[in-house]
Amino acid sequence: MSAPVGAVGREHPRLEGQDKVTGAARYAVEYPVEDVTYGWAVPAAATRGRIVRVDAAPALALPGVLDVLHHGNAPRLTPGVDADLFLLQEPTVHYRGQFVAVVVAESIETAREAARLVRIDYDTEPHSTVLSEHHPGLYRPDKVNPSYPADTEDGDFDAGFAAAEVRIDATYRTPAYHNNPMEPHATTARWQDGRLLVHDSNQGSSPVQATLAELFALPREAVRVVAEHVGGGFGSKGYAKAAVVLAALAARQVDRPVRLALTRQQLFGPIGYRTPTIQRVRLGADADGRIAAVCHDAISQTSTLTEFTEQAAVYTRSMYAGRHRRTTHRVVRLDVPTPFWMRAPGECPGAYALESAMDELATACGLDPVELRIRNDPTVDPEQKQPFTSRNLVACLRDGARRFGWADRDPTPGVRRDGRWLVGTGVAGASYPARARAAAAAATAAPDGTFEVRINATDIGTGARTALWQVAADALGVPVDRVAIRVGDSDLPAAGVAGGSMGTASWSWAVIRACEGLRDRLRQAPGGAVPADGVTVEVSTADEVRAQRPLPRYAYGAHFCEVRVDADTGEVRVPRLLGVFAAGRVVNPTTARSQLIGGMTMGMSMALHEEGVLDERYGDWVNHDFAMYHISGCADVERIEAYWLPEEDPDLNPAGVKGLGEIGIVGAAAAITSAVHHATGVRVRDLPVRLDKLLEEQAEDGGSNRDGVPP
Amino acid sequence: MRGGRESGNPADDQWSSRIGLTVNGGGHDLTLDNRTTLLDALRERLGLTGSKKGCDHGQCGSCTVLLDGRRVKSCLILAVTLDGREVTTVEGLAGPDGLSPLQAAFVAHDAFQCGYCTPGQLCSARGMLDEVTRDWPSAVTGDLDGPVELTDAEVRERMSGNLCRCAAYPNIVTAIRAAAAAR
Repeated sequence: MSAPVGAVGREHPRLEGQDKVTGAARYAVEYPVEDVTYGWAVPAAATRGRIVRVDAAPALALPGVLDVLHHGNAPRLTPGVDADLFLLQEPTVHYRGQFVAVVVAESIETAREAARLVRIDYDTEPHSTVLSEHHPGLYRPDKVNPSYPADTEDGDFDAGFAAAEVRIDATYRTPAYHNNPMEPHATTARWQDGRLLVHDSNQGSSPVQATLAELFALPREAVRVVAEHVGGGFGSKGYAKAAVVLAALAARQVDRPVRLALTRQQLFGPIGYRTPTIQRVRLGADADGRIAAVCHDAISQTSTLTEFTEQAAVYTRSMYAGRHRRTTHRVVRLDVPTPFWMRAPGECPGAYALESAMDELATACGLDPVELRIRNDPTVDPEQKQPFTSRNLVACLRDGARRFGWADRDPTPGVRRDGRWLVGTGVAGASYPARARAAAAAATAAPDGTFEVRINATDIGTGARTALWQVAADALGVPVDRVAIRVGDSDLPAAGVAGGSMGTASWSWAVIRACEGLRDRLRQAPGGAVPADGVTVEVSTADEVRAQRPLPRYAYGAHFCEVRVDADTGEVRVPRLLGVFAAGRVVNPTTARSQLIGGMTMGMSMALHEEGVLDERYGDWVNHDFAMYHISGCADVERIEAYWLPEEDPDLNPAGVKGLGEIGIVGAAAAITSAVHHATGVRVRDLPVRLDKLLEEQAEDGGSNRDGVPP
Repeated sequence: MRGGRESGNPADDQWSSRIGLTVNGGGHDLTLDNRTTLLDALRERLGLTGSKKGCDHGQCGSCTVLLDGRRVKSCLILAVTLDGREVTTVEGLAGPDGLSPLQAAFVAHDAFQCGYCTPGQLCSARGMLDEVTRDWPSAVTGDLDGPVELTDAEVRERMSGNLCRCAAYPNIVTAIRAAAAAR
C-alpha cells in the first residue's frame, strides 16, 4: 500500500484522548448544574397487567423527596410517537421492568431509598415470555429491520435441496444478549423558558432531538441535545430511550434540573437487547461442495408494544452462491421488552447460523472450510442479480489463511492434544452492508488561516471525531493543525445516528462537500481574503445520498481462531483470534484496529460468555448484572490481530469508506464454535459454548452433537 | 433504612457524619449522608466526575480509585468510614509536567475507545503495578514466594476486575507494559 499523502490513512491518537485519561471528558450526568435534583426510575414488578393503585405517600414522606411521577400525575406526552417512549402515561404494564414511576429527590441516596418505598398494586394477567418455534403467535412481519422484506425466494429450494448429494439441516439457537455499554443510559435534563436542554448519552442527538420535540410537542429548535462524550452504546443508544424521556418529564414536573441514570440492572430489557433467535439453516450441495440450495428460516421475538424483527436471515441473501434460495422471518409478540439494535443486528446472529452450517457442510463434503467458501463465492449478488461494487471475501480468506498458517490443517476433529488441552482451529466469513445516510455539515474559514468544521456526528468511542477531522483537513487541503472539528451537539448541522456502520461514510460525505464548497467560495473571494467574520458554507447530502444507485455494497471479512478446550473441565480458551477485513479505505488505522478487535472480542464474548437467562415465572432475565451476565474480560483476550486489505471502491461515497463498527463481530462466534468442534468433536448449536455442554457430550459416548471422534 | 429523620438537612441528625478526607492532595471537610458511597461523594459532592459509575455494585471496576495508595472500588465503600484517609482519583494521576507515563501510554496505544472505563483502568493499573513491585502474587504467578515478573498474562489476570465493553484489552495490556518498562 502506498503511503498516504494527506491525513487520511495515517495513524493518529484520538483527539479527546487527553480528556479521557485525565477525567476531564464529561459524560451525560457530569456537567455542573445549579440546583440539580436526582431522578430514580421505578420498574414494574408485574409482567402483564394494569396498575390499579400507586401509593407514593411513604416515598413522599422521606425528607428530601420532591415528587413521585407516575401515570396519574406525570406531564402529558404526545401519543403515537413511539409506544416504548409513551412512559408514565397509562396504567398498562407490557413487560416486567417497564418504567412506571420516577422519584425525584435532593440526593441520589434519598431518591434510591424512596424508589423502593413507592407502593404499586397491579391487576395481573397471565403472560407469555418464552420464545419457541412452536409458539402459536408466530407470524410473518411485513418487513424486518430496518426495511427488508420478511421472506425471499428464488428458484425452487425444496426441489434443489431434495436433489442435492450432500445436505445439512441444522438449527442454531442464540440467547438474549444485552448491549451493556459501560456508561448506562443517563441524562441531565432542564427546562428554561419553554426550552428543553438535555445532556444525554446517545448515539445520535439529532434524532433524539427530533423525538423529544415530538413527544413534548415542541418545535425542534426548542430542544437541544448534547452528547459530547458517550460511554459506548453498541446500538442500545441508537434512538431516544427511556432515560431521556423520564428525565425530561421529571425536570418539567419539579421545575428543576434532573440527573437520571439507569442502574446496571435496568439496562437488561427496557432499553432494548438482542432478541433470542432460533435459526434453521439448510444447505444442499454436490459432493464437491458447490451449493445448489440454501434456506435460512429465522425466528425471533418482539414485544406487545412495537414490532421489531431482527433481520437474521438477511445475511444469507447475499453471502454465498446457490441457484435455489429461500429466506424467511417469523416473529412473535411476547410480554417482553422490545428488542432493539445490538452491534450488527441481523448479520451477527445470522452469520453465526450460516457460517456454522458452512462449517458443517465442509465437514460433510470432506472439504477445507476455506476452500468451501471460495468455491461458493458468487460473481453477482445471488438475489439482486447485480455485481457487487466490490467484494473481497476470497481475498480476506486467502490472506487470513496465509497469516494464520491455515495450510495443511488436519480437518479431523478431536485428535490434537497438548497436555490437558484439546486444540482446534476454525474459520468463518463475514459481511456487513456499506450504507450511507444523509447529513448536513458546515465549514468555516477564519482570517487567520484556520478552519472549523461542524457536524452533529456522535463519537461513542469509534474515533469518529478524529476521523472526520482527518477527512476535513484533506478536503480543505491544509495540515490538520489548522482544522478544528466540533461534534456531539444538536445545535450543529443535523446528522444521523452512529450506527449501522454508516457513521463515517455518512458524516465524511457531508464534511467533504462542505469543505469543497468552502474552497470554491474562497477561490471566488476577491483577492482570496477572508473577511473578519469568516466565511461559512453549510451543505446537506440529502439529494446526493438519495440519488445513489441501489447496488449491493458490502464490507467483507474472514475470522480465523485457535481454541483450546480443557479435556477435564471443558474450559475454553481462545489463544488466537485473527481477522482480515476488506472495508474500503481506512481513515485512521489506530482507531480502526481498535474497532475491529473490539467487535471480534464481542463475538468471542457471544460465543463463550454471554447469555441472558430468562425466568419464565417472572418473564425477566435473572442474571441482570455483570456478576452473572458475563462479558469477556481482560484475561479472556490473548493474541488478537486485525488486518485489512487495500480496497478502492468508487461506488461508495467520497471518502471511499465502508464502515468498521460491526463487521468485526459478524462471524466471529461461528469461527469459535467451529474451532471448538475441531478441538473436541462436539458441535454446539445453542450459544454460548458452556462447560456443561462440552462435558455432557464428552461423557455421553457419541452424543447427538458428536461426530467422528475416536474414544 | 427508613424514616426517622426530622429534616432534609443531613447535617443535623443521626443520619449523617462529618469526616476529613484528602483527595488528590487537597483536604476536604465533609458532612455526608451515611449512605453516601465514596464514588458519589467524589462525583456529586466534590465535582470529581472522572471516577465513573458503571454498575454501582463493584462488578465493573469503572469507579476504581486509590485509597492510601491501594486500588479500591469506590462504589463499595461508604465515604463516612474514610475519616483521615487519602484518596487519589484519575484527576490526581497527572503530575505538574503533564500526563503520567500510564496516561500517556493509554493515549499512545489507544487503550480505550469510549473512555468510560478508562479512569478505573488507569487507577487500577497504577495500584496493580505497585502490587507487582511488592511481589504480591496473582492467580497466574508460578512461584508464590519469588519475585513477580510482569508478563502479559500477569497484567491480564490482574486487570480483569476492570471491564471494558469496547474491549480495548490488548491495547490496555500493551500500554501498561510500556509504562511499566519506562518506570
